[in-house]
Amino acid sequence: MESNQSKPGLLCNPEGSQRTLYPYVTGTSVVALKYKDGILMAADMGGSYGSTLRYKSVERMKPVGKHSLLGASGEISDFQELLRYLDELILYDNMWDDGNSLGPKEVHNYLTRVMYNRRNKFNPLWNSLVLGGVKKGQKYLGMVSMIGVNFEDNHVATGFGNHLARPILRDEWHENLTFEEGVKLLEKCMRVLLYRDRSAVNKLQISKITEEGVTISQPYSLKTFWGFSAFENPTLGAEGSW
Amino acid sequence: MSQVAVDVPKGGFSFDLCRRNDMLAKKGVQQPSYRKTGTTIVGLIFQDGVILGADTRATEGPIVCDKNCEKIHYMAPNIYCCGAGTAADTEAVTDMVSSQLQLHRYHTGRESRVVTALTLLKKHLFNYQGHVSAALVLGGVDVTGPHLHTIYPHGSTDTLPFATMGSGSLAAMAMFESKYKEGMTRDEGIKLVTEAICSGIFNDLGSGSNVDVCVITKGHKEYLRNHLVPTPRTYVSAEGYKFTKKTEVLFTKITPLTEKVVVLEGGDAMEE
Repeated sequence: MESNQSKPGLLCNPEGSQRTLYPYVTGTSVVALKYKDGILMAADMGGSYGSTLRYKSVERMKPVGKHSLLGASGEISDFQELLRYLDELILYDNMWDDGNSLGPKEVHNYLTRVMYNRRNKFNPLWNSLVLGGVKKGQKYLGMVSMIGVNFEDNHVATGFGNHLARPILRDEWHENLTFEEGVKLLEKCMRVLLYRDRSAVNKLQISKITEEGVTISQPYSLKTFWGFSAFENPTLGAEGSW
Repeated sequence: MSQVAVDVPKGGFSFDLCRRNDMLAKKGVQQPSYRKTGTTIVGLIFQDGVILGADTRATEGPIVCDKNCEKIHYMAPNIYCCGAGTAADTEAVTDMVSSQLQLHRYHTGRESRVVTALTLLKKHLFNYQGHVSAALVLGGVDVTGPHLHTIYPHGSTDTLPFATMGSGSLAAMAMFESKYKEGMTRDEGIKLVTEAICSGIFNDLGSGSNVDVCVITKGHKEYLRNHLVPTPRTYVSAEGYKFTKKTEVLFTKITPLTEKVVVLEGGDAMEE
């Protein structure tokens, strides 16, 4: 009973709390869409420490098991913790050795439960997750937020992508995009995010998952255009203003 | 015989309660949050001039109070201004600067310049330190060429080839950033502005209803009110409302209202 008496002191004292109160090292948006053969997902490689762009080679997309791909925005350490949980999940599944393996729907459900339970204990994993995969020809793309909100859709975006990428995807996504069209659409979204999101870096990876497996591209950067005449001479006709 | 106890206030803003508000905030009293009116306004420069666009929804918190309001305000024959933020502030500030511009036109005998409107607006807004909550997209064509500016409530300005403001600005900016190019024709420009406003209408809850467009070129302007109606009202029945069969018309009588004005013959003229 002594341990119960010592615990309230720890919980009441905010400095002694062991719960996540705010994120420290964060990743920005992840954008994903379904295309003809599977799922395409894009994320940049930046890890910001507050307003500093501290880490520029953070891989925010990882394969999970044989059929799924997980992308995360938000706290990087919580993403790494989730990868450990998923490792254990996949390991136990493999140990059954029954010829069956966890598909994207199952992994998505598991992640929802984990996120929601952590939120109920007021100790959330500060991430917005994007889970995509293909199993037996069925494509699946879902999202889980840090409070446990989950849904499945043809295209998803986290963070700033909600405001900037979603209008573009809603306008231009259609069934049976080819791989090239899908990549072009994702790059369009990532370019707008690069222009307008302060925590974006011009170093991104695009990954695809199909029935055959996961491919994560090498990091590359997008071309940007700054040559508008208004940018070159903004005070034309108005000397002294800006 | 009683003395007037209350002083008549001098007019303008009164900052008397600021100290008390600060004290209350320190004690933990939550200040009431500002009502955002929700809007998508955009502007872009094309090869012959400027195109401005706006949605037409005015909101009071969660309620749409005006389904078809006008957010593109007249400043001068060659200058128009879109306004986002508190509707009263945008109306008052654009009206005021419009009158100032007209007086200036009479004084100088020349066509107003966009930078004049810009300077008058930013002076006023900075003076009120952001309390006049008006975020504006100002566009026009004058002797020096086409100009497009954004003005923020605190008084800072930007000169841009394309601009968006309001709660739907991110959705509209996503459209602009992916599709804008220099030297667009009139039709391409109108199409892009319409797409950006529609993006705000469909993806932002604070914007909605119809699309207004205003095209300003050298010596000519075109105000396309309700250029696009992307969310028309659809009735369940194609013929509209029909009375159920049980309602029979038994008897119709029409009584015209009589005029009740009494005209005095040869009465006195109105007193001055």
